[in-house]
Amino acid sequence: MRDARLLVQALRDPDSLHDPDWSALVATARAEQLIGSLAARLAGKAVPPRVEAILESARRDSAYARTQALWEAEMCRRALAPLGMPAILLKGTAFHAADLDAAEGRSVGDLDILVPRDRIEEAEAALIAAGWERMKAAEGYDDQYYRRWMHELPPLIHHTRDRMIDVHHTILPLTARPRPDATALIADSVVLESGLRMLSPADMIVHAAAHLLADGDLAGGLRNLWDIDRLLREFAARDDDFWRKLAERSRLHQLRGPVALALRLARRLYGTPVDRVVAGRTRLGDRLFEARLLARNGWGQERHKALRFAFYIRSHWLRMPPLMLARHLWVKARA
Amino acid sequence: MRHRLAFQVGPVAFRIGSAWRAPIDALGALYAGYPEPEDGICDFTVRLEPEQPWRRWLRPSVAIRGDYMLPDAMPMALAHGLLAAEMGMNLQMALGQKRYLLLHAASVEKGGRSLILTGESGAGKSTLAALLGERGWRLMGDEFALLDLASGALHPFPRAVSLKNGAIAVVEREVIPTRFGPRLDGTPKGAIRHMRPAADALQRMGEGAPPALILFPRFGVAEEVRPVGQAEIFMRLTQASTNYVALGAAGFDALTRLVSETPAAAIDYPDTDAAVALVEDLWRQAA
Repeated sequence: MRDARLLVQALRDPDSLHDPDWSALVATARAEQLIGSLAARLAGKAVPPRVEAILESARRDSAYARTQALWEAEMCRRALAPLGMPAILLKGTAFHAADLDAAEGRSVGDLDILVPRDRIEEAEAALIAAGWERMKAAEGYDDQYYRRWMHELPPLIHHTRDRMIDVHHTILPLTARPRPDATALIADSVVLESGLRMLSPADMIVHAAAHLLADGDLAGGLRNLWDIDRLLREFAARDDDFWRKLAERSRLHQLRGPVALALRLARRLYGTPVDRVVAGRTRLGDRLFEARLLARNGWGQERHKALRFAFYIRSHWLRMPPLMLARHLWVKARA
Repeated sequence: MRHRLAFQVGPVAFRIGSAWRAPIDALGALYAGYPEPEDGICDFTVRLEPEQPWRRWLRPSVAIRGDYMLPDAMPMALAHGLLAAEMGMNLQMALGQKRYLLLHAASVEKGGRSLILTGESGAGKSTLAALLGERGWRLMGDEFALLDLASGALHPFPRAVSLKNGAIAVVEREVIPTRFGPRLDGTPKGAIRHMRPAADALQRMGEGAPPALILFPRFGVAEEVRPVGQAEIFMRLTQASTNYVALGAAGFDALTRLVSETPAAAIDYPDTDAAVALVEDLWRQAA
């Protein structure tokens, strides 16, 4: 197996698998952090006993990941509660907290939250008082870099639980060209049972698309795109007006391009039903993104070094203007 | 991958891929007689690859990769490729095994019941288990004991025994040379030599056994047997497990059952012959 297409097929249409190379499928899914999602998709299907045991283990892992993620969110809620500021869960933790379909088998690494920019230092102080610690030396280059240019604080780690939290004030670095409307993200957020909040459905898609296509180098992209597939299917089924709202929000946040591309890639890889107008017309470059997303073989190895490197360069290009990039690389090279 | 090998150890199937031939040849010789994965499907993938593309030829260095990886793992010399493969398999078990409660322990079987030997690295459990495996016991495993979450039985994991430093000569005296891998000097853990377990350990690798006794051996001190309270046993076993927390309630239940139903003792011993005698003695009392 030369690319990750078998994994995509298994997620998209589990019934279409006929005696696949299971070892390859499992290795690819683990490498892409999608083994939990695969286990959820294959639940109740007839698979060989050893595969069932592997998937059962993955389900056990997912249950533990979910407990841990929700506990971190709760710890954070308690730390921030006295401040009375809105705290919005992002990404995987939000899926779990809101019990979205995207949470099924979803692994969660760090806790990501969004707070108002003018109160972010208050939030940081409260978290540090509650046992989180700085990982980057205060006032060092990295620390200053985050505070000045990034959309989040330098990561904090909890001193006993060893879990990281990223506190955001918006969803893209300040140096990126699009300027999402952070005030609108917060104003439209939805309160959860616990008192924590999550983004509105349309904003959640905008954020997922921004994270996948306007920020990083597409590492772990198949997982992020799978999130988008699950979210789109659920939101579109729940709200007849969803696609109009998505179009409106992606315009508001200056992210029409990435959102449209995310929709086209989800349709292309996972067969997601998407609105043709919001998705826009297929472009030649879509195939490069597809090839990058699939650049992993059945041994879990990364493939297409040059293509991967090109996307890595692109991620920096999107993130900062050329002169700033030059300065950043200069400092990093001397460090 | 260019060079590859797949085999089964107890209930677990591995496939190992390598950019070089030598580690696979060494692994194939050491694991001669181990069955191929029953259904051709592997639980875990291990990859031995150059740390950077040019390191395949130029000062070859083996990065240990696979389904589960340590981000800061040091690459190894190609001459130690066999050890790299072993470490890769251990890593998959330690980080990825969630089907059984995994105890960092050696285990042996006699009369359909099993003995668990657990303790810190260097306590001598590998050596002791290897010797018992040559003296009337069936070796179930020298590194990991797999506790069944439903039945409470112990499953064998008879990978090649990893003998270190002084233990190598002790076991060489009792085992035919063809069962040994090459002696690896200058590894991060000193000298290492792997040994294939005896034929019965391989033939019966699918056969579990309920635990009958837990011992905490300690090598190099005057002979002594001490009782250990259940709370302490429980705590020591949680520390000896890599997946106890991740298994949640299932792990707690399995461990509680093991501790409440199985007698245990701590044993100190000056040399391996004393240890074997102690074990036989305690086993008779427990039976």
